Amino acid sequence: MSLLKVLDVAGTAMNAQSVRMNTTASNLANAGNVHGDADKVYRAKNPVFATFKDSMAEQSGLAGVRLSGIVESDAPLQQRHQPSHPDADADGNVYLTNVNTVEEMVNMMSASRSYQNNVEIVKTTKDLLLQTLSLGR
Amino acid sequence: MEVKAFDTYGQALKLRAFRNQVLSANIANTDTPNFKARDIDFKAALGAARGDTTTLRTTSDRHVGSFSTSPIGLEVLYRVPMQSSLDGNTVETDVEQAAFAENALQYRTTLQFLDGSIRTLKYALKGGD
Repeated sequence: MSLLKVLDVAGTAMNAQSVRMNTTASNLANAGNVHGDADKVYRAKNPVFATFKDSMAEQSGLAGVRLSGIVESDAPLQQRHQPSHPDADADGNVYLTNVNTVEEMVNMMSASRSYQNNVEIVKTTKDLLLQTLSLGR
Repeated sequence: MEVKAFDTYGQALKLRAFRNQVLSANIANTDTPNFKARDIDFKAALGAARGDTTTLRTTSDRHVGSFSTSPIGLEVLYRVPMQSSLDGNTVETDVEQAAFAENALQYRTTLQFLDGSIRTLKYALKGGD
């Protein structure tokens, strides 16, 4: 039943996109964070997608989405001289997180579009399955 | 007669369901780097399923056969993208969505035909009415 497998494939994609949405939400929530220690400041997190293939993938065309990990961005941190800040280090500097809000908004739109696409696939496929079941009635 | 029609429609439904799976895998992997979009040639696949096969014939076991033949005996090919993307992904969402919609419609059409055949047969079995 290839139609039932479609639901699995769309499910893996929806799962991956929702993780992407989660990282985007936490990145945006932490967009203004500053910290006195450059190693402890929040860094933008991004999910890495990979194709999930079973042993028959080459023949079956079945390919879901696998989350191969979440990486932290190594974009440079912005350093600010703010001696009055309670978290400032010995030199009076604080470090601003490297979250890029514009990038995150774009990510959010892309993730929600992809999620919607997969919801439509599930809807259509469910419809086809139900119609097949009522064949000959 | 009728049974033969069932057979063709059955094959067509099977292929449509398979193509649905391949296209949904493409849409699922819209954002996966280095994913290559795939599709099947429905006409050739239905021909192969009905017996008029066009696959490569091998006369020695060292010959290279047709590649990636699926369990139902058809080749899953790679799509040539109209615009390539930076991350090596060849899925074009709008192309895939159009193909998916078309395929779903064709599936429904085949279902209608099959349903019609079943109704006709039922009608004949009941002697009309």
